[in-house]
Amino acid sequence: MLARLGAARTGGLVALALALALLPLVLVNRYLYDVAILVGLNAIVCVGLNLLIGYAGQISLGHAGFFALGGYGSAILAVRYGWPTLAALPVSVCGVTLLAFLVGRPILRLKGHYLAMATLGLGVIITVVLTTEDRFTGGPDGMSVPPLALLGRALGGERAWYWLVGALLIACVWLALNLVESPRGRALRALHGSEVAAEMIGIDSARHKLAVFVLSAGLAAAAGALTAHYSGFITPSQGGFLRSIELVTMVVFGGMASIFGAVVGAAVLTTLPQLLTTLKDYEMVVFGAVMMFTMIFMPRGIVPTVAALFKRRTRQ
Amino acid sequence: MSAQLLQFLFAGLTAGAIYALVALGFSIIYNASQVINFAQGEFVMIGGMATVSFLHLGMPLPLAALAAVAATTLVALALDKLAVERARGASVVTLIIITIGASILLRGLASLVWDKNIHALPAFTGDKPIALGGATLLPQSLWVLGVSLAILAALWWFFNRTLHGKAMLATAHNPLAARLVGISVRRVLLVSFGLSGALGALAGILVAPITFTAWDIGVMLGLKGFAAAILGGLGSGPGAVLGGLVLGLVEALAAGYVSSAYKDVFAFLIILAVLVLMPGGLLGRRAAERV
Amino acid sequence: MNFRSSIAVLGRIVSVAALAFAAHAQAQKEPIKIGAFLSVTGPAAFLGDPEQKTLELYVEKINAGGGVLGRRLKLISYDSAGDAEKARTFVKRLIDEDKVDAIVGGSTTGETMAVIPLVEQAQVPFISLAGAVVIVEPVKKWVFKTPATDRMACEKIFQDLNARKISKIGLISGSGAFDKSMRAQCIAVAPKYGIEIVGDETYGAQDTDMTAQLTKLRQNTQVQAVLNCGFGAGPAIVTKNFRQIGMSVPLYQSHGVASKEFIKLAGDAANGVRLPAAALLVADTLPANDPQKHVVLSYTHEYEARYHQDVSTFGGHAYDGLMLITQAMKNAGTTDDAKVRDALEQIHGFMGIDGEFNFSPTDHMGLSLGAFRMLEIQNGNWTLVK
Repeated sequence: MLARLGAARTGGLVALALALALLPLVLVNRYLYDVAILVGLNAIVCVGLNLLIGYAGQISLGHAGFFALGGYGSAILAVRYGWPTLAALPVSVCGVTLLAFLVGRPILRLKGHYLAMATLGLGVIITVVLTTEDRFTGGPDGMSVPPLALLGRALGGERAWYWLVGALLIACVWLALNLVESPRGRALRALHGSEVAAEMIGIDSARHKLAVFVLSAGLAAAAGALTAHYSGFITPSQGGFLRSIELVTMVVFGGMASIFGAVVGAAVLTTLPQLLTTLKDYEMVVFGAVMMFTMIFMPRGIVPTVAALFKRRTRQ
Repeated sequence: MSAQLLQFLFAGLTAGAIYALVALGFSIIYNASQVINFAQGEFVMIGGMATVSFLHLGMPLPLAALAAVAATTLVALALDKLAVERARGASVVTLIIITIGASILLRGLASLVWDKNIHALPAFTGDKPIALGGATLLPQSLWVLGVSLAILAALWWFFNRTLHGKAMLATAHNPLAARLVGISVRRVLLVSFGLSGALGALAGILVAPITFTAWDIGVMLGLKGFAAAILGGLGSGPGAVLGGLVLGLVEALAAGYVSSAYKDVFAFLIILAVLVLMPGGLLGRRAAERV
Repeated sequence: MNFRSSIAVLGRIVSVAALAFAAHAQAQKEPIKIGAFLSVTGPAAFLGDPEQKTLELYVEKINAGGGVLGRRLKLISYDSAGDAEKARTFVKRLIDEDKVDAIVGGSTTGETMAVIPLVEQAQVPFISLAGAVVIVEPVKKWVFKTPATDRMACEKIFQDLNARKISKIGLISGSGAFDKSMRAQCIAVAPKYGIEIVGDETYGAQDTDMTAQLTKLRQNTQVQAVLNCGFGAGPAIVTKNFRQIGMSVPLYQSHGVASKEFIKLAGDAANGVRLPAAALLVADTLPANDPQKHVVLSYTHEYEARYHQDVSTFGGHAYDGLMLITQAMKNAGTTDDAKVRDALEQIHGFMGIDGEFNFSPTDHMGLSLGAFRMLEIQNGNWTLVK
């Protein structure tokens, strides 16, 4: 039993669940709950993005676009067309997933920096459309979003949202862990190693890449829709280039090809700005410096570096 | 040719020349190290803002410009020495994050050293527009185009006719072979950062009289420069220039004839279409992957 | 009494007085917390930076003068960088963690609108520094604002157009939030003044050349004047391009460029441009009997002496916000949220930098059209249009 706990998969999952259960002991006011919820929502996006960047070896500099589209889709269906929010959310997520499928097929033929540019362009296009079509989207000032409601009762209050997001995060992590250990996951990692070699042994790289792309887009859209309903507000900047960079940074920071790394990265980079506000004008400088020097000294990200250190210690 | 079309072309060429200079900066560094330097836009910003500062101190414009280019080059060299060199061997994504962190750091420093306001530089030879075929052109635009051409000529001469330049090209083709014949890859990297810093600063100084400069103009310019470099084919000098000009022209024509709100969408859709049809960019090498 | 015993008695009196003073100070030590969230960095740094500086300067001055209700003011401000999400988190932080007594902030409309549900639920008085009319229309119980609305700017401009017998205009606007909001208001209000909008161009937020759009307006022979709804660098470029392509019809700018910076950037091209602005910009040339002269002049001198930078109307919004909230606290005699809010609503005849404020339960903006003056730029300086 203890050996199973030691295995990264179950052990990590149990640790995460424990952390989520115990965290409310330190969350003494709504603001702290708010930060925790935002960490959870970012973590959901990052788990998906990590599958794309860390395991499949692709890159996306436009993922915030899917995030924003998920949020706006749900908001527009609920506000402009009067749909109940519990219907609007899944429909919006499915819509964005479909879009990712259609767009992904041609784009994923590109590699490296060209793929980065294509995803970046996609993100810019999405943001401009969201900003310009103000009859639907409310324009650059954004629009308000009604809260999630079940049978007339709105899901309000930070506490309820915390448990909802926590449960969803655990589900996502569990899903990702299973995916990575499955044959499909192994195919992905083979792809990352060498696309040519993978194809030689019969792996359809295009199909696998597309599947991961679509999955990560869907997760981003779901997180985006949840964020919109939680905040009660959404603006086009949620889909902007700077936000996409933030997400990629969280993934790389936490550790590529590490699902728990994605969670850690999201946690650190969401809370860091809150801690740095006391630095006032120096916040940007410190943030940039932290990003740079962490990546220089821990190029594989926090979790893999710490894990390697730990392994070295225990071996000695 | 209608006067309106001519006006759009002038606007497009001016913007395109600036994108070309920024794109060249991307290409030069990429060639030496496979790194995409997302802080390139910040070099443009520092060039313009530093010139404003030196002017305030009383220096005449040419001297201020020279000092600003020198300052930016130093910043670029520091970025290479302190950050990029130490991270050699890290993955592509990690290097991207490092340069993005650098761009945030530089922007933060800029907002402290200078202020958050928008600043203008005086035009080199005055503001009186030149009438040409029914459209008007600012003298500064001519400076932008002229100096860009001169820089291109100088770079061509450097890369093809001098030993240092040829050494840099050799490193781009095959770093291992270059090292074997005694070329210091680290020195090549340093020079390419310095060169890109100078190019960026020049672009910033040239264009500030028209577009103004501020602590945060680097973000958009860096993005557009990157797009132009990719469009033309990453690593190709002529490709960077072509990409920049095409991007500038597409933007101006889309703003004029289609819709100014959607001109960025138009430009990026065209880039996406080009990339899908020609995955190496317009003039990019058709990379053969060796297994 | 000999000298030594007099000193002893004096010493005893002094020490008793000191103890009493210390006890009194102890009871009053709890400072009044003013919370702020401003766009000090990011795309709206143009707004947030002078706002932050103004708040810091005047909190210091108020404290130097004895504070409010005998208590010091403490300013807790966060940089929301123009992002509505960050603004929300920071307002939660101000309300739940820092437990502020009132909030002054929200440099942009987007940020303000995002936090309104929070302040309404927490019942904390909030004075916004953003311009759009939707902030106070419909009136929200706990939300007030200091800048004149974009609709009022349009109306002021249209009044001036009427005076010049101009009835057909071309619009050129940026794609930022301010630009779009003002453009929408101008379109909505134009028929009321008999103005017809015969051209409508837009440019992107980061664009550096608007000759294409202006050329289209120039070719439209119906256009008798051009109105640029813009903010930031865009309007300066529009103005330069305007002169560059030789357009000679009147050019109007918005109150978004009401700062010396605009004149510096646009250079000679700015001469002849008209715009509605607060009296702050012409503080020196206001007639001596102008009711606003004293407050704008002293703000100008104090701000420029401390920061060595030109004043801007955005800093003025923050000044008014701070002064209004402290005045309400003084009027109410307490920092109790509900009483301060009620006191705010009852403020009449308050002379601020944005104008004279007269709040009421149905008017949480408090300014009338007279708060805007029509200015024209001549010889690189602001002048009042009579």
